[in-house]
Amino acid sequence: MDFIGAYSPAHLTFLLQGFLVTLEVAFISIIFSFIFGIIIGVIRYTKIPGISQIFAIIVETIRNLPLLLIIFFTYFALPEVGLKLDKFYAAIVALVVFESAMLSEIVRGGLNSIDKGQIEAARSSGLTYIQTLWYIVLPQALRRMVPPIVSQFISLLKDTSLAIVIALPELMNHAQIINGRNVNYVIPIFILVALMYFVVNYSLSLVSRRLEYKQR
Amino acid sequence: MLRYSILFDHWDMYMQGFVNTLKASVLALIGSLIIGIIIAIFRIAPIRPLNWLGAAYVEFIRNIPLVLIVFVFFVGLPAVGIRFDPFTAGTLGLTVYTAAFIAEVIRSGILAVPKGQMEAARSSGLTYLQTMRYIILPQAIKMVIPPLGNQFINLVKNSSVLGVIAGLDLMYFGDLISSETFVTFDVYIFVALFYLVLTIPLSLGVGYLERRLAKSR
Repeated sequence: MDFIGAYSPAHLTFLLQGFLVTLEVAFISIIFSFIFGIIIGVIRYTKIPGISQIFAIIVETIRNLPLLLIIFFTYFALPEVGLKLDKFYAAIVALVVFESAMLSEIVRGGLNSIDKGQIEAARSSGLTYIQTLWYIVLPQALRRMVPPIVSQFISLLKDTSLAIVIALPELMNHAQIINGRNVNYVIPIFILVALMYFVVNYSLSLVSRRLEYKQR
Repeated sequence: MLRYSILFDHWDMYMQGFVNTLKASVLALIGSLIIGIIIAIFRIAPIRPLNWLGAAYVEFIRNIPLVLIVFVFFVGLPAVGIRFDPFTAGTLGLTVYTAAFIAEVIRSGILAVPKGQMEAARSSGLTYLQTMRYIILPQAIKMVIPPLGNQFINLVKNSSVLGVIAGLDLMYFGDLISSETFVTFDVYIFVALFYLVLTIPLSLGVGYLERRLAKSR
């Protein structure tokens, strides 16, 4: 094991560059999947005939597939039908598709947990259905959804490492490139990379726990 | 139109991958149940250092990517002379990773059993271990089965990381078939169908168990 060689300034910069890509991909994916997750969750909750069922089938199919397969498919299979994305966007599209499906279930669960009496009261005091959803149901549901949503974000951040299959230059990819140079670097590099992921994710989970605690 | 000939011509390869995916998932489930139960007991046993050890395992493993853990078994340990074939390395990685999640499921199941039960059993003369074995665990099991089912679904999906290290699973054979046929789209649609054959019935089963448990409360 060669800790000094593994942690040379050039390697550290290289790892940091990878980590920035990881964080960038995760951040963009989080924003889009949050928006789509809420839209799909609300559509499924409102039970619009036909549309809700179609979304239910799509969401259940995506949720039951491995993310790795979706990433692979987006990057290698879609070009066959004329949709060519570069690595960066392929990873983001795949993550957004998968995580939106996961988040929509959290949103739907949160909406369902709001007492039906609230909706009836709001409706009978003259609010329209859309107004009731926007002003009464969503704000309460979102607050309850914060902890599961944050843990889904942690999953998303970890899952960016799956993009190693399409050689996206993220943290795991850069770690493996360094590991390829000298077998003595492998263990020190894995320790450092694990700590990098851990610090970010553990901080996120502490934030989530704090928010959960505040609600009580 | 999908080229179904790809599926029929390579049926044996698809089946081999399917069986290996199932095998890795079941082996990892058994392994992670054993480790998960031990960690859960560590976390709730009335011994401080064990609590810390259990918490450290769960928090650390849950916050790092599965790919990294699998690479530790596939690239990291060989660097210090411990070698595994890709399938074993992948399955061990899956086991270590899933155990952290299963430990949390079991811990919350045990904590959901009312405290009075433990006190009553202890004051009627049972030891701590006897109380766990005869009073707490039987009640906790009923509550943890649906979330354990969810973990198994995740396990089947996560087993696809074996494909990253050529672990002979569905993803790996998909890769092989697509490099033989020069077709990607159709090949992976069939791979997806094989995964759904496993995960959709499991999801429906877990949903059924969850509803039944909710009613029995």
